Amino acid sequence: MSTTTAPTRRRGRRSDEGLAGWLFVAPVLVILGLFLLVPVLMALWVSFSDWSGRGSPFAAGVGFVGVDNYRELFAGGGLVERDFGTSLRNNAWYVLLVVPVQTAVSLLLAVLVDRQVLRGRGFFRTAFYFPSVTSSVAITVLWLFLFSATGAVNAVLAFLGAEGPNWFADPRGVLHLALSGLGVPEGPAVLTGPELLGVSPWDWLAGPSVAMSAFVLMAVFTTSGTFMLLFIAALQNLGGETAEAAMVDGATGWQRFWFVTLPQLRPTLFTVLTLGLIGTWQVFDQIYTGTQGGPGKTTLTPAYLSYTSAFGGQDWGRGAAIAFVLFVIIVVLTLLQRVLLRERDVPRRSRRWAAPGPVGTTGATGGPAGGETR
Amino acid sequence: MSTTGTTAVGLGATPSGTTASSTGPVRRRRGPRRVGPALLYTVLVVLALVYVLPFLIDVATSFKTDEEAAADPLALVPRTVTTAAYERLFLNSDFPRWFANSTVVTLLVTAGRVFFDSLAGYALARLRFRGRTVVFAALVAVMAVPNVVLLIPKFLVINTLGMYDSWSGMVIPLLADAAGVFIMKNFFESIPVSVEEQGRIDGAGTFRIFWSIVLPMARPALITIIILSFQGSWNELSHFIVSTQDPGLTTLTKGVASLASGQLSQGSQYPLKLAAAAVMTVPVAVVFFVFQRRILNASTGAVKE
Repeated sequence: MSTTTAPTRRRGRRSDEGLAGWLFVAPVLVILGLFLLVPVLMALWVSFSDWSGRGSPFAAGVGFVGVDNYRELFAGGGLVERDFGTSLRNNAWYVLLVVPVQTAVSLLLAVLVDRQVLRGRGFFRTAFYFPSVTSSVAITVLWLFLFSATGAVNAVLAFLGAEGPNWFADPRGVLHLALSGLGVPEGPAVLTGPELLGVSPWDWLAGPSVAMSAFVLMAVFTTSGTFMLLFIAALQNLGGETAEAAMVDGATGWQRFWFVTLPQLRPTLFTVLTLGLIGTWQVFDQIYTGTQGGPGKTTLTPAYLSYTSAFGGQDWGRGAAIAFVLFVIIVVLTLLQRVLLRERDVPRRSRRWAAPGPVGTTGATGGPAGGETR
Repeated sequence: MSTTGTTAVGLGATPSGTTASSTGPVRRRRGPRRVGPALLYTVLVVLALVYVLPFLIDVATSFKTDEEAAADPLALVPRTVTTAAYERLFLNSDFPRWFANSTVVTLLVTAGRVFFDSLAGYALARLRFRGRTVVFAALVAVMAVPNVVLLIPKFLVINTLGMYDSWSGMVIPLLADAAGVFIMKNFFESIPVSVEEQGRIDGAGTFRIFWSIVLPMARPALITIIILSFQGSWNELSHFIVSTQDPGLTTLTKGVASLASGQLSQGSQYPLKLAAAAVMTVPVAVVFFVFQRRILNASTGAVKE
């Protein structure tokens, strides 16, 4: 090819590429734009409106009500505020328990299974991971049976000489139970005082209800396998030199794990904690399938409350407002966690996790938390 | 890869999970060295039992009578084996229709994602076009939106577009996913550009090069997308809750959820519900076992939460 034709040809290819590029990404852009970006904007409008679910939210009759929907949640003083506060309390306890436990359990599983010489390694990995691939609905159905009054869990407890509760029908908070076991059946006056979001301090401190505790166990059961895989991948990427050096220096196994391996796992730990935090604030499938918020509203979560307000109560503005508050909670906590975990001297490589990872959204899925967008 | 799809983590690592083979060169040992193997195996076996037993109990109970399910929830072998639950499920309920609906949706969504995700992934990896970085940034941003926040919003759009209670409303919104685009993009970046040169010299167009040269090389990544999409759409619940109410369009997840909350039954009927849960798990279990090695050795993961 002569030199003269080359530039043209290249230019031709370039503009072809430009067109092809846009054509290639167009379907994804249209779908994600239409079902992700536009919806968020529409819902933002709805959260500031009094739309009743009839007709278009942009129709003339729909009024702009400012922050009324939000005010009702935070300072309405009525049932709405109390339900919202209760759902936040329930979900906060859930997050507080699930995130550390699932992280610890998945790390433990990874360390146990990630050894060269281990008979049945494949079997163990499969066993631990399998719950992660099954649908949250199927697992919830199974859980309702296992934790029923006459279920398998109580049968095992009976065998061990303990009497199990009627899990999914028991609204008592576990901390309240523990305290009344210690002879403190009611909160001191200080704690029954001023309410926060319609819930007294004493009730904020109730702990997860017995029913919610069963969901906590379920979350650990269904997510630890996935996170185990992340930890295994990270463990396999570690160089062995430092661990060997530590061994030469006479460090015990535990010391090596705690002072050598664990710090190196920091980036993965960060990822797991972040994904856990994001996922646990989105509890929906289990509640929809299993308890519908009961007993005594102790398994009500913001996600489920948002759904029922809109689809059940036709209070679309309020439902959308709850969804946005939840969104803000998730974003703020994720950022906060990032700051807290990164302040200390972090190995340089952990920086790469700074880029926002894909977060649950896109997923499909379902797990118990499924995603929808995907 | 994952499960639930939702998220593929660790994008960086991608080109399919195949890579990380777990048998590397001799590894240093880590972990408590003193702990005897006997203790290790005991711990592992106990843990494995905790993870596996629930599923065994599920299957066993589905073959029990209602009375026995309540009286003896732990027995792994029913005293009287009965297939009553399955008969009822398949002959006297809408379960077969739910199953068929889920199958249709899953196949369509999986096919769509494989195609659209790889198209977009290829464009982002290889084609130079104005706005590419913006598109990429937008995808990252989109992935950060939590799902649950989209419940009401998606209904609003689906409803406005007149797609509520229709197949298009169930399928189209799921046809593309940002995480899948990332996986494909990363993989395409790992394929040397030189393989495309020959095609270009032969005068093949961009789509042709993509379709007949590059795509066939992307098998490992495509399988990853298939696994993710299959599990994701098969297990999807919330999207179908907000996009349909017609009983004829009920999927397995939605149908079984309604069974669970007792809308269709009187009494506890655990064998029936557990049979439904077991059957709905079969397809994902099959996919899981077929691709097990790839999934478990993957250097990427996805999260279910």
